[in-house]
Amino acid sequence: MDGSHANAASAPAAAGGGEGMQRTLNPYVTGNSVIAMKYKDGVIMACDTGASYGSTLRYKSVERIKAVGKHSLIGGSGEFSDFQEILRYLDELTLSDHMWDDGNSLGPKEIHAYLTRVMYNRRNKFDPLWNSLVLGGVKRGPKGDEKYLGMVNMIGTHFEENHIATGFGNHMAVPILRGEWREDLTFEEAVKLIEKCLLVLLYRDRSSINKFQIAKITTEGSTIYPPYALKTNWGFSAFENPSQGAVGTW
Amino acid sequence: MDASSLMGSSSDAPTSGEHRMGTTIVGVCYNGGVVLAADSRTSTGMYVANRASDKISQLTDNVYVCRSGSAADTQVISDYVRYFLHQHTIQSGQPATVKVASNLVRLLAYQNKSMLQAGMIVGGWDKYEGGQIYSVPLGGTILRQPFAIGGSGSSYLYGLMDHEWRDGMTQEEAEKFVVKVVSLAIARDGASGGVVRTVTINADGVKRSFHPGNKLPLWHEELEPQNSLLDILAAGNPDAMVQ
Repeated sequence: MDGSHANAASAPAAAGGGEGMQRTLNPYVTGNSVIAMKYKDGVIMACDTGASYGSTLRYKSVERIKAVGKHSLIGGSGEFSDFQEILRYLDELTLSDHMWDDGNSLGPKEIHAYLTRVMYNRRNKFDPLWNSLVLGGVKRGPKGDEKYLGMVNMIGTHFEENHIATGFGNHMAVPILRGEWREDLTFEEAVKLIEKCLLVLLYRDRSSINKFQIAKITTEGSTIYPPYALKTNWGFSAFENPSQGAVGTW
Repeated sequence: MDASSLMGSSSDAPTSGEHRMGTTIVGVCYNGGVVLAADSRTSTGMYVANRASDKISQLTDNVYVCRSGSAADTQVISDYVRYFLHQHTIQSGQPATVKVASNLVRLLAYQNKSMLQAGMIVGGWDKYEGGQIYSVPLGGTILRQPFAIGGSGSSYLYGLMDHEWRDGMTQEEAEKFVVKVVSLAIARDGASGGVVRTVTINADGVKRSFHPGNKLPLWHEELEPQNSLLDILAAGNPDAMVQ
């Protein structure tokens, strides 16, 4: 195994003509918005299960939210191959953390800090991981159960907030969340609020699909619910005959 | 961002050399294994450099890969992966799994993403998971799917697959299905053509099939091929276009 691993490492450089230098690329297979917010018991995160290829809605059953260790969830939008690679880095990170066997495990704040370093350092080399990542979790700390929610993107911008949305969600979901988020939402209220945002994205984001996954993380652990679709409303009388009074109108 | 420009043929002069496989490739799982299928057209610009190419390459006894995009890039990737898998098989003492083969393809595609134009579908059978299909599109994403389509001709197949795909087909149904699907894409995609090649992989082994262009079903506005106009006239029933 060692022999073939060494070959795998050197062969790509040879295959690339020896240069090995990359630069900012265009994304190919891209995932959509991720929305997340803190609620009473922890953090709730949601996204659709689609990955587009340019304007084609190419893959429709893609999981873009994954559990990280015991205390966190990561949601990714942007280039899906880079997200898969980030999941591999996190596997390595959580494995070495586990091997310390010291009774401690990395919490969401630490994972967010790690991801921030990775993203920012790649950006400095003009070779970014083309993603916006949302990192949420809960960990028992000295002050009790501390909820954490943050995001980091391809240029290394990172921050913590009570509610986060990436991509189109920045424009459509964040205003709703700013108006309606409260401290201590119950799970049911949080789901209703998230679904309101998901629906708005479905109506107004061209690349979204009607197949969603919601995930939550509490001190008990993480749960990623199975995919489901939302009902849409088209029952406005104004929709039925919009050109009646003005032929050719749109 | 125009995805089709990545897969379609450029307007290079026929002599400029770059061979592209504007292509249709398909892989489906059925209830005992997988069937991979592809067209056979390789073009340089507008010229068809090879009208009978083989776009389904062997990686191991039990795993094959459908190649689309740059002919050179995909050939080199499959050569490297074949080489690594050969060593892996010797070291582990048993056939490589489809997952390992697909992940090696992914590794090369991802690490060299700025330099490659290769969209591939890996399919095979192993004793752990049975028949599996993995899609490795541009960029190096890896996704396991019950069926996969790729290449420039695949644009014409999304709606068809949404409509007609069923899980758990028999081997015969699956083979007929992929031939129909690839031939429909050939009918509309200028960059796909020639014959339909299929490779069926299951517990019993591998079966290669060849469906020549003149044996494919006819679609809308296509006519039954004849030897000559003279035969039509001789038959005494010409559909004459009178002035």
